[in-house]
Amino acid sequence: MRWSKEGALRAARVLPWWSAAALLILASALLLSGAPEEKRLTVYSAASNYSLTVLERNGNDYVGLAEILGPLGNVTTKTEGSKWRVRYNGAESEFTSGKNRARVRGQQFDLAGNFLLENGHGLVPAASLGGLLPRILGGPVTFHELSRRLFIGNVAVHFTAQVSKSTPPQLVLNFTSPVNPMIATEPGKLRMVFAREAVVPPSSQTLTFDNRVISSASYGEGNGTAELVVNGSVSLMASFSSDGRTITIGPAPQAAGQGAAISNPTAAAPTPELTSPSAPASVTAVKHYFAVVDASHGGEERGAAISDQLAEKDVTLAFARRLRQELENRGLSVLLLRDGDNTLSLDQRAAMANAVHPAIYLCLHATSEGNGARLYTDLLPAGGESKGPFLDWNSAQSGFLSVSQAAAASVAAELRSKQVTTRVLSAPLRPLNNLTAAALAVEVAPPESGVAELNSSEYQQQISSAVAAGLNDLRSKMEAGR
Amino acid sequence: MIPRHLIIGVSIMLAIALGLGFYAWRMRGHVEQGAAVNRQTVAPPVTGPTEQVTLYVAYDEGGILRPQPTRIPLPAGRQERAQELLRALLSLYLDKTSPHALVAGSEIRNVYLVDPGLAVIDLNLAFADGHRSGVLVEELTVASLVETLAANIPGITRVKILVDGKERDTLAGHADLSQVYDVTAVNQMIGQLAGTT
Repeated sequence: MRWSKEGALRAARVLPWWSAAALLILASALLLSGAPEEKRLTVYSAASNYSLTVLERNGNDYVGLAEILGPLGNVTTKTEGSKWRVRYNGAESEFTSGKNRARVRGQQFDLAGNFLLENGHGLVPAASLGGLLPRILGGPVTFHELSRRLFIGNVAVHFTAQVSKSTPPQLVLNFTSPVNPMIATEPGKLRMVFAREAVVPPSSQTLTFDNRVISSASYGEGNGTAELVVNGSVSLMASFSSDGRTITIGPAPQAAGQGAAISNPTAAAPTPELTSPSAPASVTAVKHYFAVVDASHGGEERGAAISDQLAEKDVTLAFARRLRQELENRGLSVLLLRDGDNTLSLDQRAAMANAVHPAIYLCLHATSEGNGARLYTDLLPAGGESKGPFLDWNSAQSGFLSVSQAAAASVAAELRSKQVTTRVLSAPLRPLNNLTAAALAVEVAPPESGVAELNSSEYQQQISSAVAAGLNDLRSKMEAGR
Repeated sequence: MIPRHLIIGVSIMLAIALGLGFYAWRMRGHVEQGAAVNRQTVAPPVTGPTEQVTLYVAYDEGGILRPQPTRIPLPAGRQERAQELLRALLSLYLDKTSPHALVAGSEIRNVYLVDPGLAVIDLNLAFADGHRSGVLVEELTVASLVETLAANIPGITRVKILVDGKERDTLAGHADLSQVYDVTAVNQMIGQLAGTT
């Protein structure tokens, strides 16, 4: 084989492209192979909580001192040869590159390893922070060295954990400050990672509860974060209240009670499933409810203003609780989607209801206009085409509309028999169209005696009782449609 | 040294980018000029011979919808006719003796007949923000708008409602505005509201 000038030129032209492609492939391979987890140090202070990268030098962990102090106060640094001076809120400290002895506020201090100076950045051994920072800051500092969590001042967030004896059982975690952990679920486990909150361990790192649905919780720390893992025998979900100070953990609606009947689970927003791509949904048997009762609106969404003081969301909740009682009195199992002042999106409501395959979904509304009760079945939107086993979300109700209409007729007959003015209509009212079960909305208007009576227990009892009786009459037909 | 073909390639791409940037800038100027012209254009009030139309009017008392024949002047264009129809309906609701009161300032911004069979009604923000909240009261408004349009403009089979040019989940917390309304389904709803089905 001979090399010609043209061939060499051609090779020279092509070479940069090949080099670029090779570099790209190499970079992709490195990215895909996965880099080791970066070491982090988290600082919790009254000013702010922040996280810094930890550098490994000579087998030891190092952190930039100015980077730690920067968010806490006024910091200036000066480098003179091997000397590095840092001034924090007027107090000066001096470090020497390659030496472990430093002068902090005029006093000698021995670091756990040599001070390092890299491109003007002063690095101190992480192991020295617990002793060094109180001297620089002039206040108390607690350093969890193994997990690299640094608490400056009295910033620790404590929590208590208690399992309620309700049905289903709930683990209530009360924190001294609002928290917002990342939550991941897998069958029988709910993991909360506190990356930015100064959560500190309880008296014992493993908490055991005398309950077989929620059996234990374990606390751990590592790489600048705290983690709380709640263990149970069913799928768990978390809901937040008290502005993030309370986390309530209970069985997910679709989870089987496994001995504990879930008759009134607290409504809770589904937690994002972060770590369960392979979690088989069939690990826990699905509990079926006869009815899912949904008190419309809630939380930030007040619904209609019934009066100056009364919001629709409060009236619907009161109705929902009475209706649950009435249905349960007739031996019908009920899942109440919202049993508190929670905000639930329409999609969440539909997804939670569909997950438990009820015979009927009932959503409750209230109004100050008109009299009596109005029953609505879905007015299906235009379009929407189901493909094989996949139902179109917006018209999922289409296959269940006839059962819904039969339920409406049955409930209307009961209401009319109790002299309640009743109309049966269809309405474009979400999430009725997303339900894969008989679905009915009940809008309760005041009785003839006036709007003040809308919230009276007698009137609510009258309506709830009639609705429950109407559904009970159609029980066998609706259950056959499941 | 950077290969010559690379320099040429980058130069061409830079020239294209500059050219496109200049073109986009020129186009933007045109659009702004057009918008300015549009803002100055005010449609004259429709006058001239009147036509018989049927408005579907909501009555809060009884929670029903009634067809109400009336005569209004209508322009020639299909889209303009649609707008005038709904504006005539709205003037009823904004009247002091309204059977289904809407908040002052409620307006139909526009009606678009964008596709054979599809009408898009664009309400202003005051219309939706000031609307009373409730399943029936919102349903009456939606049914009234859709049916008035469908009954008087032949060929409309679907209706979409926007608020201030944007999609909105509900009118005032209840009636779903995220979907497209099927006129046949709304007809059945009208029958229920009228008590005929």
